[in-house]
Amino acid sequence: MAADERLVSDLAAVLGPGLLISPDACVAFECDALTAHRHPPDLVALPTSVEQVRETLRLCRQHRVPVVARGAGTGLSGGALPVPGGLLLVLSRLDRILEVDPVRALARVEPGVTNLAVSEAAAPYGLYYAPDPSSQVACTVGGNVAENSGGVHCLKYGLTVHNVVELQLVTLGGELLTVGADAGDAPGLNLLSLVIGSEGMLGVVVEVTVRLLPLPRRVELLLAAFDDVGRCADAVGTLIAAGIVPAGLEMMDAPALRAAEAFAGCGYPLHAQALLLCEIDGLAADVEQDLARTRRLLEQAGATGLQVARDADERRRLWSGRKSAFPAVGRLAPDYYCMDGTIPRRHLAAVLARIDELSREHGLAVANVFHAGDGNLHPLILFDAGKADELQRAERFGAEILEACVAAGGTVTGEHGVGVEKLGPMCSQFDTGELEAFHALKRAFDPDGLLNPGKAVPTLHRCAEYGAMRVHAGRLPFPHLPRF
Amino acid sequence: MTTAARPDADLTELLVDRVRAATTRGTALRIVGGDTKRWYGRRVEAEPLAVAGHTGVLRYDPAELVLTARGGTPLVEIETLLRAHGQHLPFEPPSFGPTATIGGTIATGLAGPGRVARGPVRDQVLGARLLTGDGRVLRFGGEVMKNVAGYDVSRLLAGSLGVLGVILDVSLKVLPAPVATRTVRLELDSAGAVEWLADAAHRGLPLTASFYADKRFWLRFDGASDAGLDGVCATVGGETLANAAAERLWRDVREQQHPWFLQAQRRLWRLHVPPNADIRPFDSAGACAFEWHGAQRWLVDVDRDVAIEIAREAGGHATLFRGEDGMPEVFAPLPPAMLDLQRRVKRVFDPAGILNPGRLYATL
Repeated sequence: MAADERLVSDLAAVLGPGLLISPDACVAFECDALTAHRHPPDLVALPTSVEQVRETLRLCRQHRVPVVARGAGTGLSGGALPVPGGLLLVLSRLDRILEVDPVRALARVEPGVTNLAVSEAAAPYGLYYAPDPSSQVACTVGGNVAENSGGVHCLKYGLTVHNVVELQLVTLGGELLTVGADAGDAPGLNLLSLVIGSEGMLGVVVEVTVRLLPLPRRVELLLAAFDDVGRCADAVGTLIAAGIVPAGLEMMDAPALRAAEAFAGCGYPLHAQALLLCEIDGLAADVEQDLARTRRLLEQAGATGLQVARDADERRRLWSGRKSAFPAVGRLAPDYYCMDGTIPRRHLAAVLARIDELSREHGLAVANVFHAGDGNLHPLILFDAGKADELQRAERFGAEILEACVAAGGTVTGEHGVGVEKLGPMCSQFDTGELEAFHALKRAFDPDGLLNPGKAVPTLHRCAEYGAMRVHAGRLPFPHLPRF
Repeated sequence: MTTAARPDADLTELLVDRVRAATTRGTALRIVGGDTKRWYGRRVEAEPLAVAGHTGVLRYDPAELVLTARGGTPLVEIETLLRAHGQHLPFEPPSFGPTATIGGTIATGLAGPGRVARGPVRDQVLGARLLTGDGRVLRFGGEVMKNVAGYDVSRLLAGSLGVLGVILDVSLKVLPAPVATRTVRLELDSAGAVEWLADAAHRGLPLTASFYADKRFWLRFDGASDAGLDGVCATVGGETLANAAAERLWRDVREQQHPWFLQAQRRLWRLHVPPNADIRPFDSAGACAFEWHGAQRWLVDVDRDVAIEIAREAGGHATLFRGEDGMPEVFAPLPPAMLDLQRRVKRVFDPAGILNPGRLYATL
């Protein structure tokens, strides 16, 4: 065992049975949902109180042991991958809903509470928690804060950062800080947006206050089929330019919708080359009006078939295909690699065409199922890790997709985070000055550099190597798009 | 006053030179946009750095719901442009004068009546280009709706009062303006208004603004159709205002030109508290008005200790919004560990502490 004995005995005194040291027990935590990267932790702490978290962090600082925080381990970018010689701080046992205040429409929860549990606790009051990542049954609110998680309703209701008002944050020194405010604007700099999405690099979140929304009075779901991917992508911009902000606006291409239909039997039109799922919610009169306008606009945009879900059952069925699209696509090949770039909507058709080109160049199939309203792409690259060099080809294909996103004025990650996965592509999005500022910000919160070291922000050295590699590749990706 | 058409101007290089020169000389700078909100925050004694000449809307595509503009671009220019495309800034920023700039709007982080329903200023910030205190130009965030690459520095700028840097340009998420709107006035005392709001929380009404002053209570409802809102007004009761009168009312509330605000003689306190906090201590302290469904309350001319204590008792905090009282701080004090952290964050962007030093806190 690598960890020193004094630390283990000190931690055991704080955590009791909440400390795991045997390799057999620790190996269960060797990766998050980015399973291509694994490293068994030396130590696993499962605190059940904020005080235990503070003590654990103080001890780790004292012994200069790196700490990686983890919720349910559903993250897709390796943010919760254990680091060598480090302690994995698993917060899933801090799982109490501390308060639901229906009048203020706020819920105060511990970080290990699952995303869906917040909405379930709010439902008796006619309220819900809006961000709904596809893993919402399992993923934790603390993990959502670390990754600034989204979901299918972001365009209208925002990401985690728009739905959290206050956090309790423990620093590596064991200091407990209130970040943000549950009443109005916090005095001073509002560090909330810095902490949300910081991937466990700045502190450990031990309490989250989220705002709740009233459940919509009326919901309608419209399915539009297109015989051309580009036309479908362009229809997205048409709707939004017309002043319609759907609660959800999701797109699937032919491989994705066929896989979803085969998996879920949800009633998708198999002849379509692309489909849009458009959910509209709000007051009854407003929804009727927006639905009628949406139908008209989609017809004008070239939809070949339009279907409005008759009732809640049909709505659930149509959504089930979209929500099971990842596992459904997963059946098409032994492995798949999910990307997460975001681009301005006006480039959707062009970037999708570029992904298609890259797919042929790399000889790997791809399925697209994504948050079209946000311009947030999720190309799923299909490959077989058992075959020589296919994983490397998939990763290269993925990196080129992300570079195309950056070239289109977008970002390498819309909602899955950088983790260990996108450290390379970060180098194409940010210059040295920004990366230095990120490292300096981390030092402002974590001077010892012990929280989740090596994640989220690439070192300048790594970027120099990555840049050399890209120059070697010989040409700028996506040359026909404007650069800014 | 009419403004003549003026060409857009990119003053980035000039501003970088001025900041670098100030760094070399160790001279503190006071960032000045339209100079409409100089009274907000602590007074800064420093050489002015004029940024109002750095103007121009750089990109705006209504279908993207994104607008990018240089920091010195007049707020009114942006609002006019958005209105022409049926869109708006959902946080309804106050301007406090015709020369207000978008950079100053973001840096002060002040939001108007719509904040309660549509979120604070930071919610709409997607990206920014920042001129730091040591003359670096850094770009954070971007022009897309979802972006979790790197720490979110751009949203941190909302309300930062220039202590981290000069906002060279900013990208904002904009939204379709409501198609239909109605404002009703109810005759209620303050307790009645608070009670009405607590009850309304369960009714799913499309309530986007509220203002209480002097036993009158205004409520604004927004929606996609007149028919829907007429139904809402019928259930709420009270008197429905004509459109022009409603627009004037919310503008006057936002700009503090409503008669209630004009009575303040010496100082105006802003208290951010839980919206359902007991209103009685506020009423007994002096004249009290409120917005944001009770979460933003105003007190006129009360003593510092009284304002701070009332806010604290209610579970919130008080800001001396307008008026000097010779005291060192205008914002609620931060716990020492948080103040230290914020000072370290400032140093990341302004190592020599030359930009708006002391505007937020004496030591920040």
